Amino acid sequence: MSVRPHHGLAALPAAAIAIGVPFANRVHAYVLGLPFLLFWMLACVVLTSVVMAIVGALDRREAARRTPPPERAPRG
Amino acid sequence: MNAALPILAGFLAIALLLGVLAQRGRSVGLEQWSVGGRGFGTLFVFLLMAGEIYTTFTFLGGSGWAYGRGAPAFYILGYGAIAYSLSYFLLPAIWSYATAHRLHSQADFFAHRYASPALGVLVALVSVAAMTFYLVLQLKGLGIIVSETSYGAVAPATAVWIGVAALVVYVVVSGVHGSAWTAVLKDVLILAVAVGLGVWLPYHWHGGLRPMFEAIERAKPGFLTLPAKGMSPTWFVSTVLLSAAGFYTWPHAFAAAFTARNADVFRRNAVVMPLYQLVLLFILLAGFAAVLPVPGLTGAQADLSLLRLAKLSFAPWLVGIIGGAGVLTALVPGSMLLVTMATVIAKSVLRPLAPGLDDRAMGLAARALVPGIALVAAWLALHGGEALVPLLLMGYNLVTQLFPSLVLGLGERPRATRQGAFAGIVAGVLTVILQTRSGLTLARVFPGWPAAVTDLNVGVVALAANVAVLALVSALTRRRS
Repeated sequence: MSVRPHHGLAALPAAAIAIGVPFANRVHAYVLGLPFLLFWMLACVVLTSVVMAIVGALDRREAARRTPPPERAPRG
Repeated sequence: MNAALPILAGFLAIALLLGVLAQRGRSVGLEQWSVGGRGFGTLFVFLLMAGEIYTTFTFLGGSGWAYGRGAPAFYILGYGAIAYSLSYFLLPAIWSYATAHRLHSQADFFAHRYASPALGVLVALVSVAAMTFYLVLQLKGLGIIVSETSYGAVAPATAVWIGVAALVVYVVVSGVHGSAWTAVLKDVLILAVAVGLGVWLPYHWHGGLRPMFEAIERAKPGFLTLPAKGMSPTWFVSTVLLSAAGFYTWPHAFAAAFTARNADVFRRNAVVMPLYQLVLLFILLAGFAAVLPVPGLTGAQADLSLLRLAKLSFAPWLVGIIGGAGVLTALVPGSMLLVTMATVIAKSVLRPLAPGLDDRAMGLAARALVPGIALVAAWLALHGGEALVPLLLMGYNLVTQLFPSLVLGLGERPRATRQGAFAGIVAGVLTVILQTRSGLTLARVFPGWPAAVTDLNVGVVALAANVAVLALVSALTRRRS
């Protein structure tokens, strides 16, 4: 499997933690009854699942496009 | 005698029974014992891998850290998620290579990829050392669970020995199949127990989540945010990233990947596993619920907080069920660790010494190694005073040193030379050992530097040394050849 541009999406959760945590740590608020930092980490986990579902769907679509169904293949 | 102990014993008996039943009709070869004949589908691989992730560490260590440290414990939510996004790309590549070349272990993978048996032996040694920390952690957890849920009737040391005996019998009898079936039981149980505790305890003791956190913040100001120094955001982020890199360099995680039927299994798991990670939230909540009702547990004692609060809150039979779930969270990963360690030693040390052995003989040899490894781990569990989380972080620091050579080895052709990979791993591991023995931290070596730099997890320094040496030696050896 070669690297495609949409694979960059997979780096989003890591960025949300590496860049987001220092800022999330300064917010003093409660979301869903949780301290903001805990909520932020939770959101990053859910984001991972969503992002990987999108990456997976795009990869499958591309794989389907590259190998056309046999009945449509040109006859030689 | 209380109701908790017979229930706990019942759980042990069920786990052993499942292990014995799973083994009927299977061959005794190494391939079947260690990678299940490579015939597991999505669900089983998922459960095996989840089985390794929801361990005693998360059950007791996670809640213990929430109780003892507060916000720094949130890191355990993050690294798994990052690791799963990485696994989408990493695991299919590893799986294809390992299956094509019929490899059993991580050490095989390195030895074959870099065409260097010496590198295989080095990887085997590093990984067995790292796994020892992990196994010790599981045994300590077992000891805590059995002695706490027996209300003091069983001493912690006796409890460790009972756990070791159960683990050895279980593994020798069933190998990886036993792990998979017990993993099913364990996952259902731990899910119910974790969600039950995480929801009920905060409401019972504090009337809700927000009232609980507000009460904690009043009693311990700043407990719910990362401190400016020490376990600061720098420590947090570097620890999350480092642990994510180390996640799949654990040989048992590697070995679980080998059991898959095809590579798509991993791509689907990358979506489901992070959601499963949410269970950890409830474990953290249970740990926070213990902060005010169970004061005064410090250091390694904090690992007892979850069970102490459970004993304050529930009847003994329910404490027994919670303890039973805890026993399974130690048995499943513990058995997987033991199988992996025995396979690694048999394949990477024994086979080079006695190349005439067939698969059946290797399988028997690996089983024979199990009690010895378990004894060493039990001795270490009884003689160290560490809390669970530092033990795991030490293991991670070691095993992460395999990450650079692993990633560089996944392309068409390895991007590092075998000498470079070897020297890099040695440099990284030596740095970890040096740091641990001397207790040196960046803050002590560079006292004038800002905390944003000196709070970096010490494993990052070792990894940097590793990569630098790897690059240098690879450049030198490539030019010559």
